Amino acid sequence: MLRYALKRLQSLVISLVIASLVIFAAIEVIPGDPASFMLGFNAKPEAVEALRDQLGLNQSLIKRYFSWVSGLLTGNFGTSYTYRSPVSEIIGDRLWISLPLAVYALTLTVLIAFPAGIFAATRRGSRTDVAVMSVTQLGVAIPNFWFAILMVLLFSINLRWFSAGGFPGWENGFWPAIKALTLPAIALALPQASILARVMRSSLLDTLGQDYIRTSRAKGLTRRQALWRHALRNALIPVLTIIGLQFSFLLAGAIIIENVFYLPGLGRLVFQSISQRDLIVVESVVMLLVFAVILVNFTVDLAYAWVDPRLRARA
Amino acid sequence: MSLLIIDKLSLSIDTKPILQNVSMAVEPGQIRGVIGESGSGKSMTAFSVLQLLPDRSTCSGRITFAGHDLLTATEETLCSIRGNDIGMVFQEPMTALNPLHTIGAQVAETIRIHEPKTSRREAMRRAAATLERCELPNARFPLSRYPHELSGGQRQRVVIAMAIALQPKLLIADEPTTALDVTTQAEILDLLRRLVSEDGMGLMLITHDLAVVSGIADRISIMRQGEVVEEGDGATLHRTMQHPYTKALFAASGHQPDRAPQPPTAPLLQVKNVVRDYTMPRKTLFGAPRKFRAVDDVSFTLNKGESLGLVGESGCGKSTLTRAILGLDKTQGGEILIDGKPVFAGNTPDRAVRRKMQVVFQDPYGSFNPRHTVERLITEPFHLLDTPPKGADRAKAIDEALLSVGLTPADKSKYIHEFSGGQRQRIAIARALIIKSELIVLDEAVSALDVSIRAQILDLLTDLAARFGLTYLFISHDLSVVRSITDRVLVMQAGKIVERGPTEQIFVNPQRAYTKSLIAAIPTLPEGATDA
Repeated sequence: MLRYALKRLQSLVISLVIASLVIFAAIEVIPGDPASFMLGFNAKPEAVEALRDQLGLNQSLIKRYFSWVSGLLTGNFGTSYTYRSPVSEIIGDRLWISLPLAVYALTLTVLIAFPAGIFAATRRGSRTDVAVMSVTQLGVAIPNFWFAILMVLLFSINLRWFSAGGFPGWENGFWPAIKALTLPAIALALPQASILARVMRSSLLDTLGQDYIRTSRAKGLTRRQALWRHALRNALIPVLTIIGLQFSFLLAGAIIIENVFYLPGLGRLVFQSISQRDLIVVESVVMLLVFAVILVNFTVDLAYAWVDPRLRARA
Repeated sequence: MSLLIIDKLSLSIDTKPILQNVSMAVEPGQIRGVIGESGSGKSMTAFSVLQLLPDRSTCSGRITFAGHDLLTATEETLCSIRGNDIGMVFQEPMTALNPLHTIGAQVAETIRIHEPKTSRREAMRRAAATLERCELPNARFPLSRYPHELSGGQRQRVVIAMAIALQPKLLIADEPTTALDVTTQAEILDLLRRLVSEDGMGLMLITHDLAVVSGIADRISIMRQGEVVEEGDGATLHRTMQHPYTKALFAASGHQPDRAPQPPTAPLLQVKNVVRDYTMPRKTLFGAPRKFRAVDDVSFTLNKGESLGLVGESGCGKSTLTRAILGLDKTQGGEILIDGKPVFAGNTPDRAVRRKMQVVFQDPYGSFNPRHTVERLITEPFHLLDTPPKGADRAKAIDEALLSVGLTPADKSKYIHEFSGGQRQRIAIARALIIKSELIVLDEAVSALDVSIRAQILDLLTDLAARFGLTYLFISHDLSVVRSITDRVLVMQAGKIVERGPTEQIFVNPQRAYTKSLIAAIPTLPEGATDA
């Protein structure tokens, strides 16, 4: 198991190095001078030159890459041109909304998808199965921002249970913050839960048809016992893969939902930075997201090995 | 009183009749052999007893087990009987175990399900004892092993241990040895027989192989198309049998194709000092990758018109050697020549050499693309030709190939799912014949077939060899088939050829202990059984 983990860690480091090279190169190949690009057409030459100096554009390529990477490693991401404050602080603030929101939404996703998928799989072909599958079909098809607007109309405007948007900040207490994240988390979770429920169902049906399920029934296990003891863990592998992808998506892909609910999260930060041509922020956020995705995949790989002894042995 | 009485059992799935009026009984301490070909309903009879049938099945008749009527019993009662009073062993040991649980936990589960008060520790102790009884000593096979760490025969012992952990009154074994090597098969059959005599349990032994059953069964039921056609005493059935199907089955089991040995001619295939290494995963992060030598310095010659057998247990390297001969893998040493020319020219197989040989694989279900017509399937080898036939020549070649294997030209527009297993194997042979290759490699080509179909295919192969002067390399773990169709035999063990010689000589007078053990393990029909 330890060797497996080390091997995965090795590929994690390699992926990160490659990702940093690609992101760095992408910024470099943008046509024109990043400084004049960031300042726009009417910028004064002195201002451009000052920014070039600040960005370190007068240094060699290799030196710039290493100073950028060492900055990332020490938490010094540079200073945002538009916000006039350290990028690490800006990202830190935003992360405290995006990360809890992603975890919250993913928890809801799992809490909805697992029971729905298991329920449908065990009643394959029945009316309840058809009903669950139809609902998940709708969940996949309906855009989540539209659903978010409906929820705002119902829960905020008519029922006045939740506020329509904004974020009070964690310093004003845990529950108000959670309450502010609830509607966005539900809006994010519903399509993801629909996808995951379908994956869960088909994976479980596949597993329930395996020979060892029949063996377990011949040992005297009831259908329910066979499901919980033998089928579920075997069905988890494809489900874990999807959960990993979903978490990465939820962390970065909440732009629209953050806009609907006026949440100052990472998605909005990227959106705003791109429109304000703040390349320093864009570069850092993208690197951070890549790091998050790779880290999530690493965790998923470890989870595979925890589930399946054959993977531990193969390392 | 009988332990199990199946009385006029009929079963249908979705109104399709599967079983009709099946009756049989099993006494305590008795072995009941149930024999039939695929689709005869023998496995469905077993699943009816356990009531583990597919959804939408309806049973009628009566199944009485130790006073319980199993057809009317509640699911709760059935759960308490399954695994406790009736154990079951399945055909496929590779998939019958949960890959994520240790063998100890899986055996202990049988105990814990039926005796919830037993502590985990006590259940594990009893699991260890049961595995020990099934000849898996704890010193070598600790409870913490996972199924993937065991061989097929060892996994089957775990499945048997799960089934007998609570010393059930009845054990149902559905083709328990079909997927196993001949020596492993003999060991598993011995084990089952020993457990029956020690525990006095009844055993229902389901198989397609008459020879497997005739040695150990007290009573035999012969099934065909969902019905029991004949029932008799295990020791004497071959003398008392009445039903034509039983007679045909016995005849097919011992079938000898009528073939004349070929005088030695020029060599066609020469294998010289071939070595094939597999690269294994690295042991340490930066260490050199390990090698596994699957084929170790193998040399032999196959003459034109000859039929050569290659036998050995699974894992001995015969499939690896076959892949190397076919030019599918590169070798790490030695050379493989066909008509004096190497199969590999540089890094790629030489097409001019490759077209001189074709292969027929074991699985008639998995070795065809289901979306292609038979025409497209059997003309695939044409890509090996520099100028593939076109138009009328092509149509003629297709028709000839189909006719020569006993199919009709009209079959070319059909899809593979429209054919039975035996017909599919004929199509595979047609595919091998179509470019008039001289060497046909038959890799377990008849192992998956029912005995009567197997007899037909063996006759067809003999006939084709005589008509077209074909040369066969016949790879099989089934020694009785090899004996009936080859001139010479190579015995392979752990990557090496350990014995070679004329077929009859090897079978009558084997020299090596390994060859002797292989031959001794072949299940045999009673003397005179195949004369009918």
